[in-house]
Amino acid sequence: MAAPGNSVGSAQAQAPDTPAPSPLPTGRGIELVLLAFAAVLVTGALALVEANQEQELTRALLYVGAAYLGLFTAAHLAVRRWAPYADPLILPSVALLNGLGLVMIHRLDLASSDRAALLGSDAPSALLGRQVAWTTIGLALFVAVLAIVRDHRVLSRYAYTAGFAGLILLALPGLLPSSISEVNGAKLWIRFGGVGLQPGEFAKILLIVFFAAFLVQKRELFSTAGRRVLGMELPRARDLAPLLVAWGLSVGVLVFERDLGTSLLFFGIVLVLLYAATERVSWLIIGLSFFVAGSVIAYNLFNHVRVRVQIWLDPFADFSGSGYQIGQALFGLGTGGVGGTGLGAGRPDLVPYAESDFIWSSLGEELGLIGLAAILIVYLVLITRGLRSALAVRDSFGKLLATGLSFAMAMQIFVVIGGVTKLIPLTGLTLPFLSYGGSSLVANYALVALLLRISNAARAPLTRRPAHPQPPLAEASTELVQRPASGQAGRP
Amino acid sequence: MPELVLQLTRAGFLALLWLFVLVALRVVRSDLYAASGLRAILPGGGRTAMRAGRSRTARQLLVTHGPLAGSRISLDSRPILIGRADDSTLKLDDDYASTRHARIAQQGEEWYVEDLGSTNGTYLDRAKVTGPTRVPLGVPVRIGKTVIELRS
Repeated sequence: MAAPGNSVGSAQAQAPDTPAPSPLPTGRGIELVLLAFAAVLVTGALALVEANQEQELTRALLYVGAAYLGLFTAAHLAVRRWAPYADPLILPSVALLNGLGLVMIHRLDLASSDRAALLGSDAPSALLGRQVAWTTIGLALFVAVLAIVRDHRVLSRYAYTAGFAGLILLALPGLLPSSISEVNGAKLWIRFGGVGLQPGEFAKILLIVFFAAFLVQKRELFSTAGRRVLGMELPRARDLAPLLVAWGLSVGVLVFERDLGTSLLFFGIVLVLLYAATERVSWLIIGLSFFVAGSVIAYNLFNHVRVRVQIWLDPFADFSGSGYQIGQALFGLGTGGVGGTGLGAGRPDLVPYAESDFIWSSLGEELGLIGLAAILIVYLVLITRGLRSALAVRDSFGKLLATGLSFAMAMQIFVVIGGVTKLIPLTGLTLPFLSYGGSSLVANYALVALLLRISNAARAPLTRRPAHPQPPLAEASTELVQRPASGQAGRP
Repeated sequence: MPELVLQLTRAGFLALLWLFVLVALRVVRSDLYAASGLRAILPGGGRTAMRAGRSRTARQLLVTHGPLAGSRISLDSRPILIGRADDSTLKLDDDYASTRHARIAQQGEEWYVEDLGSTNGTYLDRAKVTGPTRVPLGVPVRIGKTVIELRS
């Protein structure tokens, strides 16, 4: 994947061999079919929730399903218009995940209003409406990105601007006073009025754009060999600077914003992009040792990190206190078992933040292992399609950008699901498209729009087709030199 | 909701969810060879010929155009000399061919064509052959007005 352009160039230079190349399937048809399928699934899930929660099944459900389909059909039409060769699986996967997330958020709304009625208190404000609004904003941004960024290579021209903006967005919540930026101990918000944004989610995309462009420009530098140690070529010490900067940034996020997840995500992205650009395992090993060093320092210096690790090691040591959330999540997953309790028939609302950080355990309780496995495969399809676009696209910047975007999503999913299922210590990140949370949803729609743009470039037929049909092969023009009558000219 | 209905809808929803996954995976599979990804990585032009050529080896050489059209030469491990010279393996009667025009030789499983300094050049498909170049099955090699192909 690393040294892309060179070998590919010769392939395009040759004219296509078939005289009349059949138009490549664009996949727009199957995309629409899958979108309709996703709409059926989401409407069915909603109907099941309503039935199991003893709500009245009305025709309104069908309207909701139709509205959902309409929203994504608009996105589909935008793809048809501006990225006609884009990958057909990315948008339907996103639609299904987002729809299932909305259904689960609605289901938790019902549970919390039930509980409020039981306790005789005021019903809490429903989260569904806000999330639907965020979905609409996200899709609007999706369409806008597709319409404005007609060629992903343009982005590399704004690399330093993007990097600078990303840095500011990342640092902003840490510098603002806590009254604006702090929620539940983590300073990663900007809140004005009733609306909160996590600028880190957008900084993620901007910094990936910056790093991809930066590494394409400076790739030779990073693959310059230093000393050989243990059969491995170490980079020169002075080339370590970007990695050190990324490391410092991650630690800074950890210290000033107390956000374990974002800091982990940033460092992982930088490391993987470095590896993808240079194909050197030594970068991975150096980066991982940096990571271990950072983890040890964080564990010893910061109390909140230590608490997270202790909860991870034994959530039941302090079950009614700090371990309550993950303990309840594990009980929820256990209750779900293989087949789940059925949508709307479980008690996922017992877990605090069941709709955002812990939506995975909510889904696990009601859909079981079978359902979770299906959702994981949908995520997997999404990520492999992104990485495949990275392999297929012909320019280095596009390759690195698609790799970074896909990997960012993959890593986020791993960190969240690993945390909820107690594989790794819990870090507060949201599951892309499933979790409640506006910034994450909107930013991920922008991310997916960029992936679609790159996959469109990867799958579009080459434009340098000869305009007129070539003459038959035997009559093709060569510099024919007529042999003189003597018959000696052809002799070598 | 009755227990039976609950169980049936529960299983039905999971089945539908997996059906979605299977349809998606089918698209992934059908897309493996269809779209540009693989083609962009493979070197050379003839993609259909190349995929077929990977598994089979060339057994004969067929002249498809030119004065000798229709003649075949069975291939063994020996190199094929092409030109107007009397000792060529394929002796061309072609005014545009040189005396010793090109050589097709086997290396491992593959056959390579090499131009021997001819006046009018040797062409693999439409690209001029400058060094030893691999000849996939079914891809035309043009020498003067003669076109030959490797067949299995």
